[in-house]
Amino acid sequence: MNGFSMKNVMKKNVMTIALFAVYVLFVILAAAIKGTNMLDPSVVTSLIEQNAYVFILGAGMLMCMLTGGNIDLSVGSFVCFAGAVIGLFSVENKIIQNTTSTPVTLLIIVGVGLAYGALLGFLIAYVRIPPWIATLAGYLAFRGLGTQILTTASTTNAISNFPKSLLAIFSGKLFESAWGVLNVPCLILGLVGSAAVIFINFKSRATKVKKGYQADPLWFVIVKSCLIVAVIMFLTVEFALDGGIPVVVIWILAVLIIYGIITEKTTIGRHFMTVGGNAEASRLSGINNKRIMFCAYLNMAILTVIASLIVTARTGAANAFAGQEFELDAIAACIVGGVSAYGGAGTIVGMVVGATLIGVINQGMSLVGVDQDWIKIVKGLVLLGAVVFDIMSKKGNKKQ
Amino acid sequence: MAKVLLEMKSITKTFPGVKALDNVNLKVEEGEIHALVGENGAGKSTLMNVLSGIYPYGTYDGDIVYDGEVCEFHNIKDSEKKGIVIIHQELALVPYMTIGENMFLGNEQGSKWCIDWYKTYAEADKYLAMVGLSDSSKTLIKDIGTGKQQLVEIAKALAKNAKLLILDEPTSSLNETDSRALLDLMKKLQREENLTMIIISHKLNEVSYVADKITVVRDGSTIETLDATTDDISETRIIKGMVGREITDRFPKRHDVEIGDVMMDVKDWTVYHPEFSERKVCDNVSINVRKGEVVGIYGLMGAGRTELAMSIFGRSYGIGISGDLILRGEPVVLKSPKQAIEAGLAYVTEDRKGNGLVLTNSILRNTTLANLNGVSKNTFIDKDKEYEVAVEYVKKLKTKTPSVDQLVGNLSGGNQQKVLLAKWMFANPDVLILDEPTRGIDVGAKYEIYCIINDLAKAGKSVVMISSELPEVIGMSDRIYIMNQAKIVGEMKASEATQENIMACIVGVSGEDSGADSKGSEG
Repeated sequence: MNGFSMKNVMKKNVMTIALFAVYVLFVILAAAIKGTNMLDPSVVTSLIEQNAYVFILGAGMLMCMLTGGNIDLSVGSFVCFAGAVIGLFSVENKIIQNTTSTPVTLLIIVGVGLAYGALLGFLIAYVRIPPWIATLAGYLAFRGLGTQILTTASTTNAISNFPKSLLAIFSGKLFESAWGVLNVPCLILGLVGSAAVIFINFKSRATKVKKGYQADPLWFVIVKSCLIVAVIMFLTVEFALDGGIPVVVIWILAVLIIYGIITEKTTIGRHFMTVGGNAEASRLSGINNKRIMFCAYLNMAILTVIASLIVTARTGAANAFAGQEFELDAIAACIVGGVSAYGGAGTIVGMVVGATLIGVINQGMSLVGVDQDWIKIVKGLVLLGAVVFDIMSKKGNKKQ
Repeated sequence: MAKVLLEMKSITKTFPGVKALDNVNLKVEEGEIHALVGENGAGKSTLMNVLSGIYPYGTYDGDIVYDGEVCEFHNIKDSEKKGIVIIHQELALVPYMTIGENMFLGNEQGSKWCIDWYKTYAEADKYLAMVGLSDSSKTLIKDIGTGKQQLVEIAKALAKNAKLLILDEPTSSLNETDSRALLDLMKKLQREENLTMIIISHKLNEVSYVADKITVVRDGSTIETLDATTDDISETRIIKGMVGREITDRFPKRHDVEIGDVMMDVKDWTVYHPEFSERKVCDNVSINVRKGEVVGIYGLMGAGRTELAMSIFGRSYGIGISGDLILRGEPVVLKSPKQAIEAGLAYVTEDRKGNGLVLTNSILRNTTLANLNGVSKNTFIDKDKEYEVAVEYVKKLKTKTPSVDQLVGNLSGGNQQKVLLAKWMFANPDVLILDEPTRGIDVGAKYEIYCIINDLAKAGKSVVMISSELPEVIGMSDRIYIMNQAKIVGEMKASEATQENIMACIVGVSGEDSGADSKGSEG
């Protein structure tokens, strides 16, 4: 049996370690060069709010990539189109007179998402159109359609003045309090979360020991729990000082936890991995490959709608430039996070680390005052480096 | 015939763990048609791969003397330069290119930078006339049949100035008429162009018809070379050379296994090829297997065995499937692998890497793949239970691995096969169809697989074992079906089976309906 080895742990979490290192580096650099405090609550909150869509779309993209490195290029344009539709029903109200009710808007936009997802899934899974072609069509068409709706519906080519009832569901703060005052409900939630993490970690080790399985050493579980709790509490305090928990954080957590459970714990998640790992073997094992592909793209469309609502609520407006390059951000997050470009392997945690790493590099370099063009160059190199590292480390494994 | 064109001297080729060729000698004279015969895996193809440079110089021992000089081929280009051209069993033509384009693929006509299409098609037509193909060289490959495609391959080889042409199973996918035409073409090329040819074939009637000399390969060694002018080259004589080995006790015996009622009964099963919809891959096949019985299906590659198995297993192969499937006395219709698994069938593939295992996943995940519901509740996987199951099967089948978290891709062939068996055993089927269960694994692992098969029979399972290794079929089965060219051509008890009478069924010496075949080949 394989013993516990620190080397393996380091290897598995190399991206997380890189993330910590890069974050610390930028905190120091920002303070030294520009005198900016990157640990300032508002800076931390904005890091998360700005990247909220990457986490949500990344979860959907992960599911697509698991089925065999398939991607969805249409998400960015669909965010724009969905934003326009939301605006149309909740603000401009050109179609159904006097129904600016938020529940109706939500129902309609989810329906639109389901319809697009079902169509896309059908085309890819049953008509067997290669995913990148089917979604390239959406990439082009929805950008045009979204822009067209906005220009027709509004003289300013953008829709704003969204009703408060809609904005409150997707933006703002939970348990809002004054800035700089420690927010008590927020702290309590953070503590509850920390306690849950500690409980789960120790309980799973206890079960393993009881059943006689190979378990990590106790000190390691303690260190691991401490690190996770430290991250949770760091965020909690930052949020508490910034006037409450951002609503998007709840959305992000909900999506990540649900998809984390699906990919790690359920049979359907396992089916996604198997289809990507070896489609023929999966088919002969009684898995309905086509249904899995269908689900992947249906699911992506639903998450795109959520991302669209979050982005629209954050900016308070639907415009023709919304969602540009979102698909690429989501794909990059997955790749940097160790999701296999050929399918069959990848985790939600990895994707989150990848998304955060790119987000930190983005924010850190802007705060240090690096030019946008250079930020793009660095992001490109990080993406390439992550893939090269992934392939090299797999080769290394085989030699042993 | 005087001049020796090719001499391969004491060729030995070793793969990790296997000696594929052991001191092989082959002598081919100029202008003769030389046949290489032997069972699957005897080493014929390996020998030809050595000759054509696919296994480069230095990876084998021995000398290749061609046209009077010792050759060192590092790749296929080197051997083609000398005029040695090989035509593989699987045709290497691009369907959406024209005949002409295909013929000069990699050998483009014209200057270095620019293809001269007039010259290409003119040259193509010239060679097409030589092989007697009247279609325009601008026809797309996909629009002509397999027989004509085979002719294009030969024309392509001639266009490369072939002096020695190697044909690997050229007629395996052709019907009787096309095969005959091809063999006659070979004779014509021999006569008119003085072309030297080596043909590899399983169809011994064709070999007797066309060959001047026949070299028999068995277990990686050349056994004998028969001369058509002086020796007896009847099919029975060739078979004797091919299977003349003794069966040792390589097979564990089954004791006290009670053979019960018929578990699975397949009647009048007919399946068509998914792409060439007029071609039957299974033709009116009827087989059955009883509880606790091991039934062998013997046949050469391409006989339709895998197609039969996969079409039974939830119609996972083929189109236009007709026939009855009766399980435990009840007729059933299985439309997907999922339904087949639920009905108690398992198909253990011959291609474990291609469609059996997920190589990038762990042993644990592969073991539970076909029966995830067995370790989960309401779609939630019970990981502890899954772990226990994986460990249990690793112990039971003696899979050699440091842990169940090991990636299957890192295991040896024999251990991968055990994981594949574990996967299907955990699905708890009543009927297991094992397709070439010991392909490409070493002797020790083979013995362990045989023991597992015996245990399955003891546990009351019905086992259908498809194999192209005669000793294995005879040593392991209770009853044997012999399959050839999509049909069952014989059935016998293992106790009555000998290598000779099984091979005889295949070549149709004693078979009823293949009399027509041999008549066709003589007339």
